[in-house]
Amino acid sequence: MASWGEASESRLIGKRIPRLSGRDKVTGKAKYTFDINRPGLLYGRILRSEVAHANVVGVDLSEAEALPGVKAVIQIVEVGNKIRYQGQEIAAVAAETDDIAKDALRLIHVDLEELPHVVTEADAMAEGAPQIRDDWAGNQSDPNVREEGDLAGGFAQAAVEVEATYHAPVQTHVCLETHGHVAEWEDEQNLTVWASTQGVFGVRNDLAGSFNLPANQVRVITEHMGGGFGSKFGPGVEGRTAADLARITGRPVKLMLTRKAEHLVAGNRPSMTQHVRAGATGDGRLIAYDMKGHGTGGISSGAGFQAPYVYHVPNRRAERVNVAVNVGNQRAMRAPGHPQGAFAMDSLMDELAEKLGMNPLEFRRINDPNETRQAQYTLGAQEIGWHRRNNVPGSGKGVKKRGMGVGSGQWGGGGGRGTQARVTINSDGTVEAVTGTQDIGTGIRTAIAMIVAEEFGLAPTDIMVKVGDSGPGLPSGGSGGSQTTASVAPVIKTAAAAAKQKLFERIAPQLNAPVGDLRVGNRTIYVVSDRTKTIKWELATGQLGMDSISEGGEWDEELRQGGVAGTQFAEVEVDTEIGEVRVIKIVAVQDCGLAINRLTTESQINGGVIMGLGQALLEERFMDALTGRMLNANLEDYKVPGTFEIPEIKSIVFDTHRKVTGVGEPPCIPTPGAIANAVYNAIGVRIRELPITPDKILTALAEKKA
Amino acid sequence: MEKFSYVNATSLEQVTALLSDSGWGEVMLIAGGTDLLAELKEYVETPKTLVNLKTLPGMDAIEADASGLKIGALATVADIARHPTIQQHYTVLAQAAGSVATPQIRNVGTLGGNLCQRPRCWYYRDESTDCLKKGGDICYAVDGLSKYHAILGGDPVYIVHPSDIAPALIALGASLKIVGPEGEKTMSLEEFFTLPAANPFRENVLEPNEIVVEVQVPPAKPNTKSFYLKAREKGAPDFALASVAGVFEMDGKTCKSASVVLGGVAPAPWRSKEAEAALTGKMVDDTVSKQAGADAVKDAQPLNDNAYKVTLTQNLISRAAMMAAS
Repeated sequence: MASWGEASESRLIGKRIPRLSGRDKVTGKAKYTFDINRPGLLYGRILRSEVAHANVVGVDLSEAEALPGVKAVIQIVEVGNKIRYQGQEIAAVAAETDDIAKDALRLIHVDLEELPHVVTEADAMAEGAPQIRDDWAGNQSDPNVREEGDLAGGFAQAAVEVEATYHAPVQTHVCLETHGHVAEWEDEQNLTVWASTQGVFGVRNDLAGSFNLPANQVRVITEHMGGGFGSKFGPGVEGRTAADLARITGRPVKLMLTRKAEHLVAGNRPSMTQHVRAGATGDGRLIAYDMKGHGTGGISSGAGFQAPYVYHVPNRRAERVNVAVNVGNQRAMRAPGHPQGAFAMDSLMDELAEKLGMNPLEFRRINDPNETRQAQYTLGAQEIGWHRRNNVPGSGKGVKKRGMGVGSGQWGGGGGRGTQARVTINSDGTVEAVTGTQDIGTGIRTAIAMIVAEEFGLAPTDIMVKVGDSGPGLPSGGSGGSQTTASVAPVIKTAAAAAKQKLFERIAPQLNAPVGDLRVGNRTIYVVSDRTKTIKWELATGQLGMDSISEGGEWDEELRQGGVAGTQFAEVEVDTEIGEVRVIKIVAVQDCGLAINRLTTESQINGGVIMGLGQALLEERFMDALTGRMLNANLEDYKVPGTFEIPEIKSIVFDTHRKVTGVGEPPCIPTPGAIANAVYNAIGVRIRELPITPDKILTALAEKKA
Repeated sequence: MEKFSYVNATSLEQVTALLSDSGWGEVMLIAGGTDLLAELKEYVETPKTLVNLKTLPGMDAIEADASGLKIGALATVADIARHPTIQQHYTVLAQAAGSVATPQIRNVGTLGGNLCQRPRCWYYRDESTDCLKKGGDICYAVDGLSKYHAILGGDPVYIVHPSDIAPALIALGASLKIVGPEGEKTMSLEEFFTLPAANPFRENVLEPNEIVVEVQVPPAKPNTKSFYLKAREKGAPDFALASVAGVFEMDGKTCKSASVVLGGVAPAPWRSKEAEAALTGKMVDDTVSKQAGADAVKDAQPLNDNAYKVTLTQNLISRAAMMAAS
């Protein structure tokens, strides 16, 4: 049975290894899609609607076409079709410079017949609202209802009840590198695209389909990627447009989204509103849960969220609808549906615990069926100093009040089939590992090097890892669902093991030992039964001559496992006069199976916590009902955490077994709930709407006083 | 941005001559450009000519002596924030300058630009929204989203003045040297700013052919404590939700005189004579400082989303007063 071996036997696996691309990234040497400049490059730009809802009456490209330096202008929306949200694509240009492209956009004349829009959920759900989707009466989808147990019976057993409404607004992904591509046609049949994507093969297949090409005649390259978080799986309109402009002009075209477009059309996390009534028995068991909620994913569906979440409620009913608004569509965003669900559930848990007069941690212990999280509660509570928390919320002295809270999460991340890889040993001792996955910032490149280096007795820097390129024809799935490491690592491991076996077979006769007795040491191969028999790595591989060893691998299910639990504790300080929440410390206890690289795993957890902190305290998309436009499609009023917001983060890699499990998404899930509960513990006033900004704190404190 | 011609300034006479040919918006001045460039990129402004002031010699000097402080309009925000005399004797000014934006912006943004910067209002900054400030019919903040808008002096345009430095300078009693085609004039900085009731389109009384060249601050009085308190949603960069520039002449816990100027709550830096009156001559304690805060906002008229600013402003003022007394 395949295994990763014991921790004591590992030289590299599970250790803290700096990421191989780190130096290139901090020195600027690393080339992102934005940095790719090809000979003869043209610059692409897309004209987008500033109107949220309209019929397209006419589009006149002629003036733009006549502008010197403009090489192509194409119409994207057809006359007679509808504009359904601000930012929707109307036309695109390719020009000699980016400035000319920008000027050309302003010379495209668009005749729109404006229609009444609805851009807020309140407007969309109001009586008599204009219906913006033919298939959704009242702008609402059919309800999704899930029921279990006996709700009325459950409430009959409840000693305490809480009824509350929780809300999380739409968040956008805010990828630091916006979506975009550089497209170049070698000839009419061969297309190369540099893409800022989470899935090079997905983009390849989509573009091959769009341009009716065999898939192997489209090559997609993503050497480094500046953030995707679920929003970058396909080429999108902008990728197909870049390729089309390149085809028409016969020149390479770079087309990157503006920051504004990134907010408007490149995806978002749907909102969540839930009205929930829940009850618990006198001895602290959750007994009944009744939730009616809604959310919006823009003009599309997909606004689901988890409710209830993590904790077991035997009698429950949850009814959700999607609300349509004239706004750009949602896309998967780091743990879709989980952080907002967790925020509501963990807030509810604390409210119930308080009514029971019970420590919220104790209440969780009673109702959480997950054994891993039970152990995490103990560890996390020790680490944050849970005993220091206010027994009476808001009882701290002075203007600046501290409090603590806890939140929970769960995720899958077990990986799947579909990755092909090749590990090659050359006669000069060099080693290559090639696969079609992509390093979207998670560190898979380094993990691959570590796995191969471990197998061969080499250092990670000895391994040339080639990822982010569909050219070699070794497919791998998109990097989503926290699946990458669990999908890729087993294949790399078995490929490396196969290559090592081949090398042993070649060397065994020379060492005069059975193949089974050969082992790798530090840059050597030796015979386990007679350690005087040893050969240096380069001397061994030197025997290969022209006949390199090149082996593929298999996705071995025994090497990975799905399902993780996580718990976070937050300590905050609230300035009750100015409403400012400062997070002092987050303890993130994250179950993750075998962490191939402990350092990058901790970085993943840190990143998740920071993203969760942004959702908790800062991020909100503001849609203006009057104009139909997003008011903060920038990074001035759409606020993300900066250095001043980052607290001490204690990331605890809670590795319960030695099988690989992904951890990209789960660390952002418990953070908002933990922070919201900590704020309550600090000031004794509950904020049920994210983000927890000074206006909400001050308003709530004023209401409490009154 | 639209195309424009670019002129390097050689003298103030040349600058005012270039300006006097046109009204607002045709010829614009650029120094650090941290505000103007964003307006050009968003097509909120589309000048035909930009005049680069950075080529004017000597206009970035900071002189501090017994007669007070003279700061050239081209001094950078960072220069002001780190100037030892300003840090020591005009603390409120150093703190305000240090709270501006980010180090990168402070390193290029200038004093003149900071005082003359345009509103951050999200309707004003949106090219497609023809708001009252830009000559349209309505101020969208009245019925729209107004979390960051004015609670004082708004009618009919509810922008807030974004400057941190202006409230600090006004609290220090600063005056402004302005050069126009007729020569030079000096006015108090407080009178430089205007409210939308007087002119909905501009935030100050500068004429299209005039240029701000210098700020003068009278010598700091002894026994003076000064603070700039700025509330924001994010550490940096972020504009003030509300801010207080307070200069307090103290005799122990007794306030002999007070200057209290608010930022982020009104279309101009807002001098609170009410707060000043509530503090002057008083032994400052919890009750007095709270009264000063309450008096300052008693005429506040919040919009749909910004009532929190009333409490916030009140609390900032009382906090500043308590700091002076401690």
